[in-house]
Amino acid sequence: MIPTLAVEVGWGTTLALKTLIVLGLVPFGALVLGYTFLLKMMSHMQSRLGPMDPGGFHGWYQLIGDGLKFIQKEDVMPAKADRRVFALAPAVVVVSTFLVFVVLPAGPELVVSDLDVGVFYALAVSSLSVVGVLMAGWASANKFALLGALRAAAQLIAYELPLLLAVVGVVIQADSMSLQGIVSAQANGEIFGIGLIGNPFILTQFVGFALFLVAAQAELTQAPFDMPVAESELVAGYMVEYTGFRFLFFFIGEFGTAFAFSALAATLFLGGWAVPGLDNEGLSTVIGPAVLFAKLMAVAFLMFWVRFTYPRLREDQLQTLAWKYLIPIGLANILVTGALKVWI
Amino acid sequence: MSARAGDVEIAPEDLRHLADAQLNVELDTGDMVLNLGPQHPATHGTLRLVVRLDGERVIAADPVIGYMHRGYEKLTEFRTYPQVTTLINRIDWLSSFANEVPFIWGAEQLMEIEAPPRAVHIRTILTELSRIATFLLFLGEMGLQVGALTPPFLGFRDREHVLNLIEAATGGRFHPNFNRIGGLKDDLPWGWIGETRDTMRIVFDACNTLEDLLMGNEIFELRTRSIGIIPGELGAGYGVSGSNLRASGVDWDLRRDGTPYLAYPELDFKVWTHSDGDSYARYWVRLQETRESARMVIQLLDQLPSGPIMAKVPRIIKVPEGEVWTETENPLGQMGYYIFSKGATGPFRTKIRSASFSNVSILPWLLRGVYVPDVITILASLYFILGDIDR
Repeated sequence: MIPTLAVEVGWGTTLALKTLIVLGLVPFGALVLGYTFLLKMMSHMQSRLGPMDPGGFHGWYQLIGDGLKFIQKEDVMPAKADRRVFALAPAVVVVSTFLVFVVLPAGPELVVSDLDVGVFYALAVSSLSVVGVLMAGWASANKFALLGALRAAAQLIAYELPLLLAVVGVVIQADSMSLQGIVSAQANGEIFGIGLIGNPFILTQFVGFALFLVAAQAELTQAPFDMPVAESELVAGYMVEYTGFRFLFFFIGEFGTAFAFSALAATLFLGGWAVPGLDNEGLSTVIGPAVLFAKLMAVAFLMFWVRFTYPRLREDQLQTLAWKYLIPIGLANILVTGALKVWI
Repeated sequence: MSARAGDVEIAPEDLRHLADAQLNVELDTGDMVLNLGPQHPATHGTLRLVVRLDGERVIAADPVIGYMHRGYEKLTEFRTYPQVTTLINRIDWLSSFANEVPFIWGAEQLMEIEAPPRAVHIRTILTELSRIATFLLFLGEMGLQVGALTPPFLGFRDREHVLNLIEAATGGRFHPNFNRIGGLKDDLPWGWIGETRDTMRIVFDACNTLEDLLMGNEIFELRTRSIGIIPGELGAGYGVSGSNLRASGVDWDLRRDGTPYLAYPELDFKVWTHSDGDSYARYWVRLQETRESARMVIQLLDQLPSGPIMAKVPRIIKVPEGEVWTETENPLGQMGYYIFSKGATGPFRTKIRSASFSNVSILPWLLRGVYVPDVITILASLYFILGDIDR
């Protein structure tokens, strides 16, 4: 299945390989984003250095060390906690992140499963994480955690809709819901008759891109929409009772999902892995992941830039923003895209 | 099928009717009592708020104070006058120097000693510097409380320059303990005046940066405008003072309106007020006051007189019998000491009026009906220091 591998492999081996790669991708993405943006970019924005010593070069080892530390910590569970639900909640959050990576293509053949409804699937499973958040908040037997979890649930309802509406424009333009189809539509497309850079949908779907970023920010519970974890109000929201390895799971979930959403935005709006004009499939397979990674980091930079700059909205203001502004804009965007698609 | 309501038997068809009726009743959700504090990141220490919530809306809020009570009023009875300044440094620990001033002023009044003009000017400079230091912290910290991660670090960074100045002059970053009855411990170090001028430029820059970063931000405005409105009269009735009251449109500043003290009568400065009385107004007033303080420091440096820094004071300080009330405009508001002396080396009784104690007394009124995030905004914008509440 993977052409770069010379040996013939059976479906079982392929499946095992793919699972391993996806399993590795989530912590890898969390580490990369955590290090680059949380430790380094935020520090420099706040005129400090961040960790410098661990590992020798600009503290690259810091997060790995933190992870190891979390594994060693005692597993504390509140006495009144709903033990099974409490233990299961972090896993649910991380699993929803893993599932998104199943459909993300990094090359012409580098995809676990190219579903026909890829976009739909990705957005659907990513919102599963809120179930984990609700479980964590309820099972913690803590009022702060409960408030955080309920805020997360309210937020999900407000933001799933703009997120989907933002993507509909792309789907209309690409004539496909498969992520590979969307990538090839962008690579082979033309804008005003010029096919030099293909047609990355950010040029025509810039409204959709902006909507997608805002909604993704809310989906990831990042500032200005980080009410579920709001540390100045709810201490750490639904995570407040979690320690050690379970907390690490939430951390990986948070940054892994940011990684997945950046990749999704890069695929939907910036052309994904494809390099326009490059038809060689083998070469695309090699440089595809690097191209996707570069685009993903650009999107993630935008997201984290906003996260570290903006104050937090209030829950009711967030609902106002979503229902009064984002959803009407999203609907108008679909209308205009559809009309142009039919008449041009 | 039959059911009982009280002692009356209800027929099944009536029961169906009852069930229908209950559908129209609003779902009765119980209130939740939430303990904000004493360990909570937004209460600057150990203030405890018992908040009764309906969803996210606050029905009632009760501040519980005293977790950090250290009994300073009693302790002063067992200390000599010079030793008391060590204690009162720790009342409002972010602007310690300003705390010392009213006490020393009171003791000097009782002893009928007057500090030399140079000492008075240096006292004024250091008081204004501590005001700048504590306000710079507030201006950044307020950002953190409404959820922005970057402003507090900028506030901390620029406050450091001011703290360095205080440390250079007094030897202590937070607790200078620099005032003596009749003057100051030391003169200013060499090169300090030039450095202070440079630092004031940094302070102006910091104010501009924070103004751009926060006050121009729509989300910050959404979060602070019309949140926690204190009507001027009501605020004054609760004993709210300082910038909090000036943000409610009450034009009252003890530096200008009180008994003249320090070098303030010789200074040309503006008292800033805002008519709104909300959290945004409190932030705005403190921002302007930081700038005004920097301007005052520059003025004071220009007119710094030469001469001694200590008046003639007896070796063993005994304060003659009598009582005195002194009040000054501290960064957090009106601070006063009532000193009752019986002619010993230490006060017989001291009453400390600290600003934050009265400022938080308005909280139960102010927090009624707001949302949980607004509780934090209001707490942050009132700007209290726990040491100043509990003493």
